[in-house]
Amino acid sequence: MIELQNISKVFGTGEGQVHAIDDVTLSIDKGEIFGIIGFSGAGKSTLVRCINLLEVPTGGRVMVDSKELTTLSAGELRSARKGIGMIFQHFNLMPSRTVFGNVAFPLKGSSLGREEKENKVRELLRLVDIEDKENAYPNQLSGGQKQRVAIARALANDPKVLLCDEATSALDPQTTKSILQLLKKVNKQLGITVVVITHEMAVIKEICGRVAVMEKGKVVEEGEVFSIFANPREPVTRDFIRTTSSLHKIEGLLAEDSPVTRIKPGEMIVRLSYVEKNVSEPLISTVSRNFDIDLNIIFSDIEIIQDAPIGGTVAIMSGDRDQIALAMKYLAEKNVGVEVIQDAGTNL
Amino acid sequence: MQELIYNVIPNVMGKLPTFYQAIGDTLIMALWSGTISFVLGMILGVIITVTRSGGILAHKGLYQVLDKVINFFRSIPFIILLTGVMPVSRFIMGTAIGVEGAIVPLVFGTVPFFARQIESALAEIDHGLIEAALSMGKSPLEIIFQVYLRESISGIARGTTITAISLLGLTAMAGVVGAGGLGDYAIRYGHDRNQTDVTYVTVLVLVFMVSIIQIIGNRIVKKNTH
Ligand SMILES: Nc1ncnc2c1ncn2[C@@H]1O[C@H](COP(=O)(O)OP(=O)(O)O)[C@@H](O)[C@H]1O
Ligand SMILES: [Mg+2]
Repeated sequence: MIELQNISKVFGTGEGQVHAIDDVTLSIDKGEIFGIIGFSGAGKSTLVRCINLLEVPTGGRVMVDSKELTTLSAGELRSARKGIGMIFQHFNLMPSRTVFGNVAFPLKGSSLGREEKENKVRELLRLVDIEDKENAYPNQLSGGQKQRVAIARALANDPKVLLCDEATSALDPQTTKSILQLLKKVNKQLGITVVVITHEMAVIKEICGRVAVMEKGKVVEEGEVFSIFANPREPVTRDFIRTTSSLHKIEGLLAEDSPVTRIKPGEMIVRLSYVEKNVSEPLISTVSRNFDIDLNIIFSDIEIIQDAPIGGTVAIMSGDRDQIALAMKYLAEKNVGVEVIQDAGTNL
Repeated sequence: MQELIYNVIPNVMGKLPTFYQAIGDTLIMALWSGTISFVLGMILGVIITVTRSGGILAHKGLYQVLDKVINFFRSIPFIILLTGVMPVSRFIMGTAIGVEGAIVPLVFGTVPFFARQIESALAEIDHGLIEAALSMGKSPLEIIFQVYLRESISGIARGTTITAISLLGLTAMAGVVGAGGLGDYAIRYGHDRNQTDVTYVTVLVLVFMVSIIQIIGNRIVKKNTH
């Protein structure tokens, strides 16, 4: 659906030149939710704005829906843009228009009749679940409501692609969740290809199928969200993943000698991490039953990404040493990472 | 009652037709030059906004020229402009004196000022709105009418109020080219013939006109603030 080929974007000239995008090639499939993550200044916004040519790349080709945008005339580009919706961090609703007026705004000058337009707007407002605010002005809405209106507006021209530039970055976590669910629904129900720009790994984890990690204008890592989470290659990717997991907290607890980490002889603290997609069995109970050992979970951070659990568990293991060894072997066969963090030694 | 008024403002009441004529001339000058300046200043203000660098129709050359021209005319004192544009006035209006002769200099004095007012009203628009409109495939003309002008109605109303009041002030000077009006009336009778009641009444009428303009302006601003 979207092909970016060797895109680069240089701002300014001479001394003050900024290479915001440096030779990026990406391919985004029809109907997927594709994430682009990176720290502030990585070039995400510039890249996504190259997709609808709000920013004209200094090099490379942009293809959307098998049209090469970079070769279109101004008029052709405008009609191509109607097929690419966009939402923004700060919503960018027209303050002088009501919710209805904002959603109807892109339809001004379209061939639809008055009644058709009204029906279309109402249908969109229903889709984003904000029908009751039809006559409110943007200033009277909460951030989440504003973003819903913005989504409805972006969908008014029946686009095939929806670009989201930090669409949830101005929202609280709960509202973020509900907006992400809405984007998912839009993607599923209407089959729209969604591109999500964010600096939050939680957003990627929540809705994306594939992700590209950006750093200094380059895409440094790209792939399925699950495999990126399971086997991050680049340091910047690891940094992002660490921000969403609490499994590394155990080191902190050990360092401050927290009561939960005090173990008796015969016990050991282990960290089990799930890195493969096939972990579906109730591993903990299977292990404790089959090997007759006790597993006391200190904490656990398991999330479902793309319908498979990822993350891990920190637990205190106790029981017969031989059995523990067998259990660990069994877990390793199941592709569970096992790491002994502290061992109090055997009790004789 | 009638008698009391006659006693307080004898010179005004004594030549009522002259007084009415002065009010009429002021209104005609202000309305004609105001309407023309509103249209021209608006167009100029919009052009200078969209052609500046980063604008939707960025054009360095045109922007530079308009910017300089506006500054040039804004720096000329109105009293010099009045006589300076006489040839232009004669060419366009057929005369350089009287109410007709005053309209061209009033327009020259008002358009650059109003263009700057429009420019600053439009500058208040969040660039994000322009981006959003561009992303929807709106054309530059649609963006000008549906975003820039529509979203800055209260800013434009504010600028128009200020401009209208300053224009009213300029019409008072137009008496120099024999245009008549309230300013001329106050000078000719109030000052030259020492009929102070004429001066006071003139000031009162002007205060009244300014108040009306301000009230209308405030109403429009309030109605368009959401
Ligand atoms: N219009 C611009 N002019 C000059 N530099 C810009 C412009 N837009 C972005 N940049 C620069 O390009 C780089 C990438 O910016 P951006 O794409 O906004 O990053 P992100 O969205 O990942 O935070 C930054 O260094 C930024 O300063
Ligand atoms: Mg950004």
